Amino acid sequence: MSAPLVRPRKKASLPVTPAVPSQVIVREKEAIRSWKAPIAFALFAVLAVLLFWVFGRDAGTNFRLSTDTDVIQLAAVDLPARATGITVSVLLLLITAFSFWRSIGKRPTPLWAVAVYGVLFMVGFLTWAGSGESILVPGLLLGALGLSIPLIFGAMGGIISERVGVVNVAIEGQLLAGAFVSAVLASVTGNAYVGLLGAMVAGMLVSFVLATFSIKYLVDQVIVGVVLNVLVLGLTSFLYSSILTDNSTLLNTPPRFAAIPIPLLSEIPIIGPVLFRQTLIVYLMYIIVVVVAYALVKTKWGLRLRSVGEHPQAADTVGINVYLTRFWNVSLAGAIAGIGGAYFTLGSVGSFQKDMTAGAGFIALAAVIFGRWDPIRALLAALLFGFATNLQSVLAIIGSPVPSEFMLMLPYVVTIIAVAGFVGKVRGPAASGKPYIKG
Amino acid sequence: MSDTKTTVDSGETKIAPPSRWNVALNEILRGSVIISILSVLLALVVGAILIIVVDPKVAATSGYFFARPLDTLGAMWDSAFGAYSSLFQGSIYNFRRPDFASGIRPFTETLNFAAPLIVAGLGVALAFRVGLFNIGGRGQMLIAAACAGYVGFAFDLPPVIHLVVAIAAGLAGGALWGGIVGLLKARTGAHEVIVTIMLNYVAFYLVSYMLRTPGLLQAPGSNNPKTAPINPNAILPDLLGSTYNLNLGLILVIALTILVWWILSRSSLGFQFRAVGENPNAARVAGIRVDRMYIYAMLLSGGLVGMAGIIQVLGTVPAGFSSGIDAGIGFDAITVALLGRARPWGVFFAGLLFGAFKAGGFAMQAAEGIPIDIVLVVQSLIVLFIAAPPLVRALFRLPTPVGEHKPISLRKPKVKAVVR
Repeated sequence: MSAPLVRPRKKASLPVTPAVPSQVIVREKEAIRSWKAPIAFALFAVLAVLLFWVFGRDAGTNFRLSTDTDVIQLAAVDLPARATGITVSVLLLLITAFSFWRSIGKRPTPLWAVAVYGVLFMVGFLTWAGSGESILVPGLLLGALGLSIPLIFGAMGGIISERVGVVNVAIEGQLLAGAFVSAVLASVTGNAYVGLLGAMVAGMLVSFVLATFSIKYLVDQVIVGVVLNVLVLGLTSFLYSSILTDNSTLLNTPPRFAAIPIPLLSEIPIIGPVLFRQTLIVYLMYIIVVVVAYALVKTKWGLRLRSVGEHPQAADTVGINVYLTRFWNVSLAGAIAGIGGAYFTLGSVGSFQKDMTAGAGFIALAAVIFGRWDPIRALLAALLFGFATNLQSVLAIIGSPVPSEFMLMLPYVVTIIAVAGFVGKVRGPAASGKPYIKG
Repeated sequence: MSDTKTTVDSGETKIAPPSRWNVALNEILRGSVIISILSVLLALVVGAILIIVVDPKVAATSGYFFARPLDTLGAMWDSAFGAYSSLFQGSIYNFRRPDFASGIRPFTETLNFAAPLIVAGLGVALAFRVGLFNIGGRGQMLIAAACAGYVGFAFDLPPVIHLVVAIAAGLAGGALWGGIVGLLKARTGAHEVIVTIMLNYVAFYLVSYMLRTPGLLQAPGSNNPKTAPINPNAILPDLLGSTYNLNLGLILVIALTILVWWILSRSSLGFQFRAVGENPNAARVAGIRVDRMYIYAMLLSGGLVGMAGIIQVLGTVPAGFSSGIDAGIGFDAITVALLGRARPWGVFFAGLLFGAFKAGGFAMQAAEGIPIDIVLVVQSLIVLFIAAPPLVRALFRLPTPVGEHKPISLRKPKVKAVVR
């Protein structure tokens, strides 16, 4: 019953290293025999055998790998549904067996196995679901990226804020504020760049409230976050209904960013059109993810940020101003999330709608936790959510054998299984959510 | 949750004993009651400013403000007063009605809106006390509503038994949906915030599927994603006759508030809940089965939130429901729980206040054309102000209670050069 309660046994006593100074903390690798990954694998493998093999479909699936405008044209690939299904099922069973074997040996299932498993399952699933139809692969990926972008910006904002020690439940509010302000400012000035700047300021303003209340007034950070979401939703909806709807030509017809194809890179087959024929906001996303991922662990800024989030007393002792570090980094987080909000109005939809973020901020929060507060992992989690959401709309068009509601459900079910099976107990930044009182 | 620690400084020597009236006045000014009242006041003032700013009449008269300033001020007053008087008349008492019986009708509307908010707020609050953040109110409500609704229209049972069975089915559904979260949290350590968010979507699509599938929830012979009307035997009976919308749900909610209060502050289970909520590690050391507490808490929380869904289908809209049955209550419940500081009676009154805003908000929208979203703004500001007593004290120049932390200065400290 109380399996998670028992402290896992250490595999062997660590080699004694007297040469290491006592200040250096050696991370103890805990060897746990965990059955979560193999069990999750087995569940999906059984599903694969049933769907792709037992209830397999006979018609082939056509995968188109290039759009008509590509310079390098790749030939479309035809996969026979049942044969592919059987191959994929067998491979999945093999990986499951491998995972069991690793668990018996008290070794964790490596990340590449999870990745290969995921890709294989998707190939099998697409072949099965798209049987007798044609799937445009770049289109599928492009839509997935588009849906992921606000999630990624939100997740980066969440990571910075939480790593500095302030729980950011207000991502939804920051996205929505960014979307609203960018739409209005871009419409009034006719300039999308002004709108983008406005979105950053708007996200930052939401962060100012979050930071002031949680750092200055020591209010529970989750309370402030939740309430801020409601406040921003109320404010934007109120202003939308009372002002924007009557003056929509003046206030709610923002210009959109044009796509800027990057020479050469945009001609790479499959990924070129997806990654390098995008708008400024998307390129900004690449830069921000790389910078955050690098700077968080390699720069003075990142070290200070993390130390304040993990152990504010220690940070204070060495002369870091905990309050100001928290305040300005939470504000930075808001600005980044605000850009994600601008993507809704300046990148994809075009005009502001009531509650247009529709829970994206909460999904971004899930991506933060799913990605264990790590920028790259959170990026992958956000991409997974985007992909799964887009997958169902693609399959809804070609007509899938499963009721569309179950397809819509799939990303969320996968997330639950993944969180329960692979992520398990996650440990956030130690001082996240705790106000710091000097003295 | 908000901590109510007060440190007693006994070492301080008092110069002169303050007068009794002074002490009493200070007690009241420091107390949470005055903070709550001032918070509501502040939020209403901010709401009024917003209403005035967007009012076209105010904008029109402000064009000639310097010629006839009274026009602008008059329009401002009309705008704000009109809004709040229609809010009051829509939620407490309607003065335009001839007699008390019809004048008090808005208040029964308030109670009717408050009932699901209170019970869902109780569920969220109970989870808060165990240290769990239940954002899954929407999913738990939907599943409970689907279970209760299915029993309600598909079965044919004798009067009282039918209602009891329908409620029991709904409670089981809500508890199951919440219990999954607790089980996953206890067994695998999955973060409850992620799981509850995800289960919201799963429940929504599941119920949407059932609503458009004949034989499950869809009304026979219909193409709309809507259920058949609830069997009269399973409908929550009216409390004050058919002129008022008030139903038995309110009594159940009051009973559940007492039950939750009893569980949390009088039972051994509640003690263990609170111990886990304060510090799970300490609770584990003390021999409390933390993982079991997570499961029990989420079962109870899901059941309570589910009760809100049951009241919706069996009381508020018995003519059949669609996938919008949760009406945002699952998320409002979080704010209600926060405003009530996760205390059962606090949640009760917070729910009443929000119910009044909801009832009055619709009246305000109908009478004055002010979008109901302003209610969200006012509600969230109230919670924000109540959560930060130092801010309210600073705004009204109230004394800071002894032993409370002063707000932390965010100014950059001036570094003085050290002279050796």
